[in-house]
Amino acid sequence: MADFEVPELTGEIIIPKVSPGASRHIQQFKAKPELMEELKFSAEKGSDWKEKFLLAMEDILKKYKSVRVFLDICVRCGSCADKCHYFIATGDPRNMPVYRQELMRSVYRKYFTPAGKLIGGLASAKELDDDLLDEWFTYFYQCSECRRCSVFCPYGIDTAEITMAAREIMARIGVASKYNYEIVNKAMTLGNNLGMIPVALESTWEFVEEEIEEKLEEVGITGVGVKLPVDVEGADVLLVTPSADFFAEPHIYSLEGYAKVFHQAGISWTLSTHASEGGNFGMFIGNYDHMRTINKRIWDAARDLKVKKVVAGECGHAWRAMYSFSNTLNGPFDFLKEKSPQHICELTLDLIKKGALKLDKSANDEFTVTFHDSCNVARATTIGGTPGDQFTIPREIINACCNKYVEMDPETCGEKTFCCGGGGGVLTDEVIEIRVKGAMPRMQMYSKIKESHGANFFALICAICKAQFTKVFPYYGYEMAEVGGVHQLISNALVMGAKEEV
Amino acid sequence: MNGLSSVFNLLAYLAAAVFVLGFLSKVVLYFKTPSPLKIPVTPAPTTSIGVVLRLIPEILFFRSLLKGGTTEKILWLGGWVFHVSFLLIVLRHLRFFTYPVPDFVMSIQQIGIWAGLVFPIALLILIVRRFTNERLAIITLFADYFVLVLITAIGATGLMLKYITRTNLVDVKAFILGLVTFSPTQMPDSTMFLIHFSLILVLLVYFPFSKLMHAWGVLISPTRVQVDNPREIRHVNPWA
Repeated sequence: MADFEVPELTGEIIIPKVSPGASRHIQQFKAKPELMEELKFSAEKGSDWKEKFLLAMEDILKKYKSVRVFLDICVRCGSCADKCHYFIATGDPRNMPVYRQELMRSVYRKYFTPAGKLIGGLASAKELDDDLLDEWFTYFYQCSECRRCSVFCPYGIDTAEITMAAREIMARIGVASKYNYEIVNKAMTLGNNLGMIPVALESTWEFVEEEIEEKLEEVGITGVGVKLPVDVEGADVLLVTPSADFFAEPHIYSLEGYAKVFHQAGISWTLSTHASEGGNFGMFIGNYDHMRTINKRIWDAARDLKVKKVVAGECGHAWRAMYSFSNTLNGPFDFLKEKSPQHICELTLDLIKKGALKLDKSANDEFTVTFHDSCNVARATTIGGTPGDQFTIPREIINACCNKYVEMDPETCGEKTFCCGGGGGVLTDEVIEIRVKGAMPRMQMYSKIKESHGANFFALICAICKAQFTKVFPYYGYEMAEVGGVHQLISNALVMGAKEEV
Repeated sequence: MNGLSSVFNLLAYLAAAVFVLGFLSKVVLYFKTPSPLKIPVTPAPTTSIGVVLRLIPEILFFRSLLKGGTTEKILWLGGWVFHVSFLLIVLRHLRFFTYPVPDFVMSIQQIGIWAGLVFPIALLILIVRRFTNERLAIITLFADYFVLVLITAIGATGLMLKYITRTNLVDVKAFILGLVTFSPTQMPDSTMFLIHFSLILVLLVYFPFSKLMHAWGVLISPTRVQVDNPREIRHVNPWA
């Protein structure tokens, strides 16, 4: 099924020999000039591209301490070199975080440091040219901004910051990824990454209501009436999920889970046709203004609907944009009554602990569940209030609704988790080779726990992880049905209907 | 004072000025460059005290390196021994800069001598790993070898001064004290000292314009020094 070699599953992660250029041919499609123009970037690469490029770089160096400091202080100790999933999978040295950054650092030296200006090559400074730009376009779109390298760096240098800056610099000269910038455009104009209009959203949500009802009927429960309320003014909670939850499998099963949780807990909630997307690709492309505009819809909707708080559905980078960035971008949120945003997992676990939800664990007995920490949740946010809660809360939820839970190799969990291989704007089909390969470290660990403990359910709290793994599981010979959401498990186990008297 | 001494006194002041001003200008530049967003790498502390507690083991024990595999363990060993012995050697050298010499400086003289002996071994580890490890060989630049060789040469000439071409320490002390009290005096009559001293001046001048600024960077890296409290306290972006 693939015109490239799918890594063999051995249950081990082995650092490969270096193979220069091994993933040089994998490149995303480029955005059309009209699109770039619409998004207020240069339409296309003109003859003056170098000047524009350097102006953009100078601007970013002035605005981002991270970029400025990281470019200066890396000592090339190599601690990050074998930590990137794309390097482990391809052996391409440009996928070693330090060497990916070298693409920018060499230009930085040439044009922004005295040594580079004076002695050039001896200071490892590189002149801008078309080849170098093409390498930028290849390898800065082979970084999923997962921050794993940063964990192992003695100075916390985060390649994600460099990648975001690089994408923004390229966009300003009209060189950009079609996939990412199209999604940004859809989110800006229509309000969600899928480009669904309000009517389509409403009919989708109606369909989900019917699905929930039908499934309950199949097990002999009728008349529960789980609703997906739309644009309800005065609801307590505004739920903002990644739009993939509205139609993709297995995402939609988690949406059913959220609805059932709200229903059973008796929380008044609503979805919004205006804020119909939690995801924010403005973050992936490192464009502050677009990220803010996309994020603004959420808080406008919250204000208009007069809700008390905003709750985020299962999505990694969406949670980062909402948790870490929202308050800066569009805060303060003094018009809300409760701490916002809140993660759906925080809310659900809280309800479980309060005894507001009755869970029948045996409903998930066919599954031996394992949990994959999503990079953005693990390394860019927290859920709950205490550092590390982002690891314990989802696991506590799973253990509350499943009998069989197994943990993958702890060296690949928590802050050391591997990216799914499709995050950070890499989730597009023309680069399926890097996606399949990038998933390899995690696939090895899953295959190991499958062999040893019979794991057969790969639980996630990220829409990109879900889309990525359902796509790559078959390449490795696994069923895509093994991939699912944490609230899908909740949905299975939640006992619906009248609550027993306590 | 002979001509050579005059030149070296002048060069020493120039080098010190470049080091101090260069370092400070970088500090100011980093301070002035804003952090538009909250980007701590999590799990991250939720208080400022927590951030200090996060940084201490990073600075004293290179904690993040210990999270890695064998390559990083070797690096940790070489790097940690290198930095600690460098510090001890510098502290030991304070005896040339002070009169009377503080008790503390006196008390570390012996350990400072040992540090001087392990110093080249640590550096050797740091150099050899750069060409024996395939990944490191690719990422290593000329500048990386340059600074390692420079510091090794400083260490080697220092050891020579102590064990082989011994110099009159009274002269050395007079020269250094002359520099720090702004009353320049004659340089010790020793070629080895001249080399040792010149190399140190090169290091001082090189420092602020090189990766050696990691010494400051480790204290201000946004991913490590930011408090993870974006919901509680609104982080304001000054340019938006």
